[in-house]
Amino acid sequence: MSDANGKGAPGSEGANPEKDLSAQNLPGQRGQGGEEVRVQRGMFGANNGGDTSGYGGLVRSVRLPGPAARPYGGWFDEVADELEGALEEQDLLPANAIEKTVVDRGELTFHIEREHLVRVAKTLRDDPALRFELCTGVSGVHYPNDKGRELHAVYHLRSITHNRVIRLEVSAPDSDPHIPSLFEVYPTNDWHERETYDFFGIVFDGHPALTRIMMPDDWQGFPQRKDYPLGGIPVEYKGAQIPAPDQRRSYS
Amino acid sequence: MSTSHASPRETTEGTVYTVTGGDWDEVVESAARTDDERIVVNMGPQHPSTHGVLRLILEIDGETVTEARCGIGYLHTGIEKNLEYRTWTQGTTFVTRMDYLTPFFNETAYCLAVEKLLGIEDQVPDRASIIRVLLMELNRLSSHLVCIATGGMELGATTIMIYGFRDRELILDIYELITGLRMNHAYIRPGGLAQDLPPGAVDQIREFVKKMRKNLPEYDKLATGNPIFKARMQDVGYLDLAGCMALGATGPILRSTGLPHDLRKAQPYCGYETYDFDIPTADTCDSYGRFLIRLEEMRQSLRIVEQCLDRLQPGPVMVEDKKIAWPAQLALGPDGLGNSLDHIKQIMGTSMEALIHHFKLVTEGFRVPPGQAYTAVESPKGELGVHVVSDGGTRPYRVHFRDPSFTNLQAMAAMCEGGQVADVIVAVASIDPVMGGVDR
Repeated sequence: MSDANGKGAPGSEGANPEKDLSAQNLPGQRGQGGEEVRVQRGMFGANNGGDTSGYGGLVRSVRLPGPAARPYGGWFDEVADELEGALEEQDLLPANAIEKTVVDRGELTFHIEREHLVRVAKTLRDDPALRFELCTGVSGVHYPNDKGRELHAVYHLRSITHNRVIRLEVSAPDSDPHIPSLFEVYPTNDWHERETYDFFGIVFDGHPALTRIMMPDDWQGFPQRKDYPLGGIPVEYKGAQIPAPDQRRSYS
Repeated sequence: MSTSHASPRETTEGTVYTVTGGDWDEVVESAARTDDERIVVNMGPQHPSTHGVLRLILEIDGETVTEARCGIGYLHTGIEKNLEYRTWTQGTTFVTRMDYLTPFFNETAYCLAVEKLLGIEDQVPDRASIIRVLLMELNRLSSHLVCIATGGMELGATTIMIYGFRDRELILDIYELITGLRMNHAYIRPGGLAQDLPPGAVDQIREFVKKMRKNLPEYDKLATGNPIFKARMQDVGYLDLAGCMALGATGPILRSTGLPHDLRKAQPYCGYETYDFDIPTADTCDSYGRFLIRLEEMRQSLRIVEQCLDRLQPGPVMVEDKKIAWPAQLALGPDGLGNSLDHIKQIMGTSMEALIHHFKLVTEGFRVPPGQAYTAVESPKGELGVHVVSDGGTRPYRVHFRDPSFTNLQAMAAMCEGGQVADVIVAVASIDPVMGGVDR
């Protein structure tokens, strides 16, 4: 197959940019490092025997980039050192607060244990060497198959002083969807946390008025969770029935 | 029953008056009869002065606002959820509709995030980046023009409204020439652009720059030194640097406190570091300062537009990688639909592999390696951030837009409480919220 050729004999047929099969040009590989969040079976979204394409037996594990090892490169080490030092000063073992550190695509992510989130955020904001003054809100992500860590809250912090951006990621299980609120540290998260609560059902403990913000007050369910259907009706176009978007054939 | 339009109704919260216009005297009269001084006024969500379907809930004491709250969500369309059911390329047709006054910023921010996930930022051709900058700066002009125009209208200055929409129309004509649409363009795509500039576009933009340079001083003459305009704007909607930082306010609101923070300079993207322009600031922290900043930013945008035009060199506008790039250089067919006739000739006539490839790319889309990315651009309203997560599939796993209108609107209460009712309108106009972006 062309895969083997491309990998086995690079340059033997001359550089062909269309056959650049270096690792970064390939989709997530099975058995590679990283964090498995889901196992994908088959293709086309069919799981009731309707898929006669032969792709039904395909098994692909979905892996997000895993923890990075030192050195992280650039200013990442400086920020990580400062943060760890500042936490130690507060008698908090960095390993207890920082679950893991991920460096991917030039971005630095700290996965924080939820009970220490507020302390870490306050340190990041106040420490002169860190000084992440601006929080750009929270984005929820739902990984229904990542057992025990289904709900993620992702924060991006910007330091205008040092001109840096980092990401904090916090997870909570579906059965106990509580994450401490950052409202006290970053008041801008008021509406952002209400939005994430509204769409994902993450309860931000300590938020002064955690109510729905986009959906009507009496709405049932949390619309941006993966198990919440998109909805829609089939549409007729030039005589053919086009199914609703979430009923269409999917390739991933 | 009397003919009153303001019929009182008793509720557990107190007397509720339904106001339909022209009957304020009756409302005030009947409110004065009760011993409770506190009145809660509900403005919107359909009031013409609230920038679309924004609902303001004001608690007033006489003419003073004691508490102000926003009710939002009336324009929520579930765009973020919808993106999870479309391919990465189809995503641009959705994000362009978020903040409908800044479509090119939404598209660029989204495409930059997808390109970062794909790891192809360096492969995007120069010409595509220059055209992106060109369109974004034209878009900054058209967005600021609407802000100044509607802001003026809300003060009763209808002339400035006419001027603003007159000039915006010239920009919309350019959009229409380049993308085929006045709004909702979906012109910027992951990897580059949908197609190249059409013939005559550069000339029309040069013509526009010339005309706009002549028109911009009219806003100065009409408003900048106007004593009534200044009296309505100065010291209204006050928010200082500490307030901006705490509330996450960015854009002209932040720059009106004197901090020259602009992502085009701080974290350049699309080659902004190579353009020559200034970041205007004010130190008044008020609506008037924000107006002056927007006016000056329009001048700076014209400068950038001219530099873009001078730099344009013939070349591709899409990455070379055929696994990502849609093969399209569309021409208008006799049926009124856009088609690339040469491309159709090739896939239908000579190369079956190209046909298969085209079919797969269009129906299935391309795969994006798993991971997440955050990119931010400086939209006319502030930091427009996009958080994109991929699970390695042909569709986004999650897309979140940090819309500056959404965040900045939180500052409404801080700006309005303790002020006059009439100043609420001015303060909200100086935030320049667009509900399409707030609610998404």
